[in-house]
Amino acid sequence: MTTKILIADDEPNILISLEFLMKREGYEVHLARDGQEALELLRRERPRLVLLDVMMPKKTGFEVCQEVRNDDDIRSTLILMLTAKGRETDVVKGLALGADAYMTKPFSTRELVQKVREMLEAVP
Amino acid sequence: MLAAPLVLGTAAAYLLLLFAVAAWGDRRARQGRSVVGNAWVYALSMAVYCTAWTYFGSVGRAASGGIWFLPIYLGPMLAMTLAWLVLRKMIRIANHYRITSIADFVASRYGQSPLLAGLVTLITVVGIVPYIALQLKAIASGYAVLTTPLGAEPAARGPWWQDGTLAVALALAGFTMVFGTRHRDASERHEGMVTAIAFESVVKLLAFLAVGAFITWGLFAGPGDLFARAQAVPELATLLTLGQGQPFPYAQWLALTLLSMLSVVFLPRQFQVMVVENVDERHLKRAAWVFPAYLLAINVFVLPIALGGLLYFGGRSVNPDTFVLSLPLAAGQPTLALAAFIGGLSAATGMVIVEAIAVSTMVCNDLVMPLLLRLRRFARHGDLTGLLLGIRRAAIVVILLLGYLYFHFAGEAYALVSIGLISFAAVAQFAPALLGGMYWKGGTRGGALAGLLAGFGLWVYTLMLPSIAKSGWWHTDFVDAGPWGIVLLRPEQLFGLAGLDYLTHSLFWSLLANVGLYVAVSLARLPSAREASQALLFVDVFERTQSAHPVFWRGRAELTDLLALAGRFLGAARARTLFEDYARRAGLGGFEQIEPDAQLVQFVETQLAGVIGSASARVMVASAVQEEALALDDVMRILDEATQLRAYSRALEEQSASLRRATEELRAANEQLKSLDRLKDDFMSSVTHELRTPLTSIRALAEMMADDPQMDVAQRQQFLGIVVAETQRLSRLVNQVLDLAKIESGHAEWRNSDVDMRALVQQAAQAMAEPLREQGTQLTLELPERVPTLRADADRLTQVLLNLLGNAAKFVPKPGGRIGLRLTTDAAGVTVQVRDNGPGVPEEQRSLIFERFHQGGDINHRPTGTGLGLPISRQIVEHFGGRIGLRADIDQGACFEFTLPWEAPEQAARDTGDPP
Repeated sequence: MTTKILIADDEPNILISLEFLMKREGYEVHLARDGQEALELLRRERPRLVLLDVMMPKKTGFEVCQEVRNDDDIRSTLILMLTAKGRETDVVKGLALGADAYMTKPFSTRELVQKVREMLEAVP
Repeated sequence: MLAAPLVLGTAAAYLLLLFAVAAWGDRRARQGRSVVGNAWVYALSMAVYCTAWTYFGSVGRAASGGIWFLPIYLGPMLAMTLAWLVLRKMIRIANHYRITSIADFVASRYGQSPLLAGLVTLITVVGIVPYIALQLKAIASGYAVLTTPLGAEPAARGPWWQDGTLAVALALAGFTMVFGTRHRDASERHEGMVTAIAFESVVKLLAFLAVGAFITWGLFAGPGDLFARAQAVPELATLLTLGQGQPFPYAQWLALTLLSMLSVVFLPRQFQVMVVENVDERHLKRAAWVFPAYLLAINVFVLPIALGGLLYFGGRSVNPDTFVLSLPLAAGQPTLALAAFIGGLSAATGMVIVEAIAVSTMVCNDLVMPLLLRLRRFARHGDLTGLLLGIRRAAIVVILLLGYLYFHFAGEAYALVSIGLISFAAVAQFAPALLGGMYWKGGTRGGALAGLLAGFGLWVYTLMLPSIAKSGWWHTDFVDAGPWGIVLLRPEQLFGLAGLDYLTHSLFWSLLANVGLYVAVSLARLPSAREASQALLFVDVFERTQSAHPVFWRGRAELTDLLALAGRFLGAARARTLFEDYARRAGLGGFEQIEPDAQLVQFVETQLAGVIGSASARVMVASAVQEEALALDDVMRILDEATQLRAYSRALEEQSASLRRATEELRAANEQLKSLDRLKDDFMSSVTHELRTPLTSIRALAEMMADDPQMDVAQRQQFLGIVVAETQRLSRLVNQVLDLAKIESGHAEWRNSDVDMRALVQQAAQAMAEPLREQGTQLTLELPERVPTLRADADRLTQVLLNLLGNAAKFVPKPGGRIGLRLTTDAAGVTVQVRDNGPGVPEEQRSLIFERFHQGGDINHRPTGTGLGLPISRQIVEHFGGRIGLRADIDQGACFEFTLPWEAPEQAARDTGDPP
């Protein structure tokens, strides 16, 4: 059974990149272009992991993260936050809100893949 | 003649009346409706200057010396009219420092010296006793005249225990004790006494005027007749001339006038009524003319009475001193004579009472108390209030007895007048020390002591001793030939100064020595700290009447000690009340909270001075507090320190003020920096975000392509396309960020030229023509025929136009888009409008579209811009003094508009480079 992964980012080109990448790794990929859509898909598709951009319209990545953790159904979703903002405070904030991991853009594709794999294997 | 019981009875009745008046005055004072608060009462009380001497002595002197009775009254008149300012200062000082007598005044001024106080008291007692004797003599003579038949010899005086005069003396003593020693605090004024004195001034004036009028118009036919008749008699005629046949002795006249000027202030009774009993300084103004007027009135008839008597009695040996009584008697007016006697009695008793009170106060405070306080028994404990009263009463009795004794033994020898003048000369010795002390800060205790001793000594030698000798009590050898035969030291021609009468001579030498030594000794040594302090307080009293702080004082005091001390002399309850008043005035809760500092000590001392005199108060307070005697050096050091301290504290204040200012500036700068920092942070994070986004795609795609060389070609093409596009996007972004940064920081280059806006707009439209056509957008231009040139940077303006056109192009529907470009001019400047038929800008975004990195549109219509176009355009337009904005008054689509003024602002003009 292939693992479901959700990618949420408002940049189309990044979506394209990540989609290709995750598909190459053999995951089932769903796409969301804003925070609202991300939450809908999270609840509907119940992916195991979500690649979550922070700066998104409608709902930011932080807000999505919070809601996921407060929602019993999807609380256990793994969250990997991605952002171009590199400030220390944002990392801390993200982790505090419940993200499992945090990567800054531009990221290395290799590292990203590695990280996703680790996260998925950690939780059976 | 009159029956003795009648005379005695009338006298007693009058004294009772006087007593009643005094009691009434006291009662009114207690009720708060003081009689003494009246300026008339004050002025009249001064008339206690006129004693039985006026009644009897003046007439006698006029009878023998014509107008020589006058100087004694001229002096006071001059003093009052010319020197009332001096009196005012004296009153202010006395009021302020609770001074109760002359001795107190002098002692207080020279550093509360008990020695000085004692000396002054001694001089006063010695000087006053003859004067009191004079009064007793006058009463005795008057009584004798009334009760013995005319022409007969007065009854010889019996032994002293049968002597009526003794009885009079004792009665007067009792009277005085009742009048003046009911209160413990001597500075409480004797209101009753003052009232009675004012009353008796009126009585004696009226009586004298009555007699004078009777004699002038009753016995004779008026003043004209009287003087004419006197002129007719050769001996009497001389009385009316100034010199009486001799060259006018100016010196004598001057001396007498001066003497009486001084004595009107320095006689104890005068000091008492004028200074101590004064309740309001302003009364002095009234007194300055009332008192001289009184003197004039009471002297008007002296010469007429004298002349009348001489004329009437012809050659009969009637004592001229008693004309006032004998004339009415002889003329068959016994009632008038009785009235005159009462007048004389009134004058005498007035003088005696006030004098006795004043002198007894001095004796108690300045002579006895200091001695007693040396005895440890008294100094340590006990309530001394009763003792003080007792001492005062005893002093009164003693003084009167002394007066009687003097009268008994020496009263017959000299005429009344001479005795009086000797007293005047004694009290005149106070003048240098007292007046000098009031006006000269350099006067020292040593100087005062030296002057007083010298003056008094010379007075004794040149006046007192000769008078005693001449009355038979001592051999007169030394008067005639000088002591031990030394002619130069003859008492009445000292050092060969001959030609002056004994009084002038004595006055000259005593005052010369007094003033000379006072000045010399004062100058020889600097005043002590205490003296200097008191000098300041006295001489500058008008400047210092706010508070009497001791100027230099150092020491420690306990509140309980001071309270106990005050209680001993004022009574416990009274002391407590005083302290509580003090506390209340200082705004403290209770008297326990009073700080025992220099001010409190001064306060206590002042209160005590009112009871026991300032010298004794000083001693007592000094014993109760631990004082450190301050030398003048210490004082200078304290002053120096104080000055230095003040300078330091001023410098410190200035420093801290400037420090505070610097801190404020720093804080403001910090705030500014922080906000700028925040702005910069925001900007930086925005920029980094914007830059990193395209980089993310580029890197990811590139990596993926690198990982998979076998990637599908179509896929690869797509990815590469994205990479290229993102690269372009990135460089656009970088350029724009740099551009914006340059413009905002003022480092941008502006190449101004004369721009033809019409041409510029056309060029921009031309540049956009192809892309617009491709996306099916129609561009229409509205341009005026000719547009004046504008001084601006053509490239930058083109940038703006392209930005606006580009934005419009992004948002118009494709195809079917329409863009309108309109150029208009007016007086202010040129306006460009770019209108499109796109979706327009939503309400909530209208204020945001000019923000950096804000990209219009929504998620589906993500434009390819950087979000920096409009901010840059705004910077450019505003640089040239224009405005750019979104018009809000259209229904559909967006209409961006910017205006540029014809007159460029200074900044733009300054940035001008040469046109290419």
